[in-house]
Amino acid sequence: MLKFAWLIPILPLLGAAFHGLLGRKAGRTAVTAVAVGTVAVAFLLSCFVFFAVKAAPGRRLELVAFDWMAVGGLRVPFGLVLDSLSATMALVVTGIGALIHVYSVGYMWDDEGYARYFCYLNLFVFFMLTLVLGSTLPLLFVGWEGVGLCSYLLIGYAFDTEVASAAGLKAFLFNRVGDLGMIMGMLALFALFGTLTVGEILTKVGHLAPEAGFGVLTFATLMMFVGATGKSAQIPLYLWLPDAMAGPTPVSALIHAATMVTAGIYLICRLGPLFLLTPITLTTVAWVGGATALFAATMGLFQRDIKKVLAYSTVSQLGYMFLGLGTAGYAAGFYHLFTHAWFKALLFLGAGSVIHGLHHQQDLFRMGGLKAKMPITFWTMLIATFCIMGFPGTSGFFSKDEILYLTYLKSPVLYAMGLAGAACTAFYMWRLMGLAFWGEPRDRHAFDHAQESPRTMTVPLMVLAAGALLAGLLGLPTIWGGSFAIDGWLEPALTFGQLQVAHEPVHGSPALAWGLMALSTTVALGAGFAGFRIYAQGPAAEEAFALRFPTLYRVLANKYYVDEGVEAYVLRPVRWGGNFLWKAFDVILIDGIGVNLPGALTRVAGDLTTRVQTGRVRNYALGMAIGAVLLLWIFLK
Amino acid sequence: MSSVVPMLTGGLQGYILVALLLFVIGLFTVLNRRSILVQFMGVELMLNAANVALLAFARFRGGDVQGTVFYLFIIAVAACEAAIGLALVVGLFRHRQTTDTDRADALKL
Repeated sequence: MLKFAWLIPILPLLGAAFHGLLGRKAGRTAVTAVAVGTVAVAFLLSCFVFFAVKAAPGRRLELVAFDWMAVGGLRVPFGLVLDSLSATMALVVTGIGALIHVYSVGYMWDDEGYARYFCYLNLFVFFMLTLVLGSTLPLLFVGWEGVGLCSYLLIGYAFDTEVASAAGLKAFLFNRVGDLGMIMGMLALFALFGTLTVGEILTKVGHLAPEAGFGVLTFATLMMFVGATGKSAQIPLYLWLPDAMAGPTPVSALIHAATMVTAGIYLICRLGPLFLLTPITLTTVAWVGGATALFAATMGLFQRDIKKVLAYSTVSQLGYMFLGLGTAGYAAGFYHLFTHAWFKALLFLGAGSVIHGLHHQQDLFRMGGLKAKMPITFWTMLIATFCIMGFPGTSGFFSKDEILYLTYLKSPVLYAMGLAGAACTAFYMWRLMGLAFWGEPRDRHAFDHAQESPRTMTVPLMVLAAGALLAGLLGLPTIWGGSFAIDGWLEPALTFGQLQVAHEPVHGSPALAWGLMALSTTVALGAGFAGFRIYAQGPAAEEAFALRFPTLYRVLANKYYVDEGVEAYVLRPVRWGGNFLWKAFDVILIDGIGVNLPGALTRVAGDLTTRVQTGRVRNYALGMAIGAVLLLWIFLK
Repeated sequence: MSSVVPMLTGGLQGYILVALLLFVIGLFTVLNRRSILVQFMGVELMLNAANVALLAFARFRGGDVQGTVFYLFIIAVAACEAAIGLALVVGLFRHRQTTDTDRADALKL
């Protein structure tokens, strides 16, 4: 009955094949129908699967198609895992994916490479679903690499520009660093458990003797986390994500905000019990997440490119998710993933709508006063802004607050970092809103030609806005009369029924919860209001600030010079090393001693022995005679 | 040197010595002379040295037919070889207008 679950990933793949092979001939209408249709049907199927999982015993179904690899002790089946985690994630991917496909129709309609764009986008959905639904680590890894490939292709979509192709390459290379960690983690897990099927690993981990392999397990989880930092743009591998904004805006929304970059969080949730057993890794996750949440938020404070602000915001919000995971609050981290997917996709699509309306103007300082010109974009983005800043009652409020609450129970220092990050978040978001929608238009020409985007773009905005508002209902905290329902729903997938460890952090009192909630809300509202007050007038105040604190402003606007630092202290030594190896090792050792030296020796030997070839018959005859005498002497001796 | 005299009168050694002398003369002719015709004659001498040795052995083994037959074969083969060799001499002369083998060194590097 669940046979059709295979169609969920396969349909977008067929769509991609169609666009790639026939798209240019078939024309825009056919491409649109296939692209949106396949993802929409996949979404409907995901809904069926969601309810099937809900009804299934243990909320878990595993479908195996065939044995994929069977080598020695390794047996990897090719299968799908359908449980509360993957079903929810599949809903996010196909649901938001479908909306963004619709939006892309409007955004990309005039583009030359319409079919190519949708080929990549459908292919991305396919790989993302493979990642989400794959029941074994190798299959998950196929999806993991595949989304990286599609990310590369879509960032470098405008491959004829230097910026885009360089950004694509950068993303790909940073991901390769993380992928190496992921491979090492997989090998370590195989060494430990002798299997790569997620279900079997999680079953066996419950029976792992405490002294047997926790060192290896810690190594494995740390390596998996390295993989997660690459894909999910955490310190130190976050540098690629801001550059990835060179891709089309819907791509930023789908891949670099809602789905692909959350793969790291998904991976840790999937292997949750392993991480629970390795507190060192969990603490690392928490600190890396907290640091990323704070630093990326400060980097977003003074960006002038509207998409760059959102990019740093994404990095920062992903940091919050890892912060939540690091406190062993998997449900909280995943909950934030879920709500973030809605409101951040909405923010990106709204930004795309603004950029589209202003004919590819991305500089916030050149915008202003768009409130009346683009009402739908304005109102939907306003909702998203309230969500991300954590306005009481919105989805972001609940999910971020749950994370901050758990963080406070783990470490007040981390909590302070998270709170500071939240303040920055509110500030830069209201800065963005103030600069874009309020104040005087600073580019009169662009403003006069600005207009609201077509229906294909505004409808997804409205749907996403509704989703962003309502997503919070899934996880109403107990003090708000809810039951943090998402925790109960995900519970079987996250703990796998194996670990009876007290992973639930000791819950503080409701008073503490109320207090922290009030504190973070006050901070966010204050910072947001300040941002709005300053920037609704225009960028003048920022210019004054830049004059007054030139060093601080320059450091923040230049993102702490991390890119430059990496260039100087990582890339330059690597390049130098490469040069050295090329000139010393390759040219001298391989080419010289390995190849040219034997050649030269052969030539010298040949030169010497050609002297024997005098060309005179008498010399040859003498040689024959001497040879004959020698032979006789040998035989008759 | 007194032992040489009885060898010449009837023993096998005398014949072998003659064969050896013939062979060495032939060999040195081939090695020392540059004219291809003279070298060719040297080759013939060496062949006949072998013939002398064969017949001597046949005789002293009590009239062994094998040696005699071998000798006849060599005569026949030498005739063929002479035909080919002379053809080569003519060929060389046609191409190079010389019979000096030292000047036929086109294969030299």
